[in-house]
Amino acid sequence: MPLEHVLGLASLLFALGLTGLMVRRNILFVLMSLEVMLNSAALAFVAAGAHWGQPDGQVVFMLVLTVAAAEVSVGLGLVLQIQRRFHTLDIDDATRLRG
Amino acid sequence: MILALFYVAAAIALLSTAMALSRTNATHALIYLIMSLLSVAVIFFIIGAPFAAALEIVIYAGAIMVLFVFVIMMLNLGEAGQIREREWLKPRSWILPGIFAAALLAELLVLENGLSGTTTGVAVEPKTVGLTLFGPYVLAVELASMLLLAGLVGAYHVGRSFLARDRGVKHQ
Repeated sequence: MPLEHVLGLASLLFALGLTGLMVRRNILFVLMSLEVMLNSAALAFVAAGAHWGQPDGQVVFMLVLTVAAAEVSVGLGLVLQIQRRFHTLDIDDATRLRG
Repeated sequence: MILALFYVAAAIALLSTAMALSRTNATHALIYLIMSLLSVAVIFFIIGAPFAAALEIVIYAGAIMVLFVFVIMMLNLGEAGQIREREWLKPRSWILPGIFAAALLAELLVLENGLSGTTTGVAVEPKTVGLTLFGPYVLAVELASMLLLAGLVGAYHVGRSFLARDRGVKHQ
């Protein structure tokens, strides 16, 4: 399978995630868009690694998984705090550093 | 043939991602997001990375999505939340994700019966990945462990005041 097609799919997924990140204002959807973007980057890594038959792509995929797990745990903790303090999930309501 | 399987999985990935990010209901969006992750796992399997495919399902679609489900369920507790959940999970909202999942399962069955799982000649075996991970990349493993520790401490710190205030304890 041509590498370009997989990379094209990865960039389309990344563009979808970026669009979601910029369009949506619900913080849960913002986090989901971040997940989609990280996942598309991981797809590009794995595809490139598989194309040359090297394991490095999958190693970097595991590091991306670690980043995603750490990011989402802290991010969801912040979601709970924002819901508690502002009683909304709209990130435009939480623009000040001292709430 | 393999190319056709890839295009089907890619179409499912794009479609379900677009559906996920355009829903107004977080639970429905999660179902579509899980479908997107599963289709990416099938693509990993097709391009010859079976270990990455397994990790994608176990960690991404399993662990990380469960965190999202926890938080969504924590945000609407009580009787009103139960009624809302019953409305959210109507059978109608399962039809399209169900069709996607059935298509992906059919692809996996086709791959298992006869067709080899790779297009580039050889799949990269988990053993090779493990040897590389703990050989030249051992420093990256240490960095990842520190990152996970930082994430753990950060999540505990951010979530602790949430739990303490719920119990009526003044936290400083």
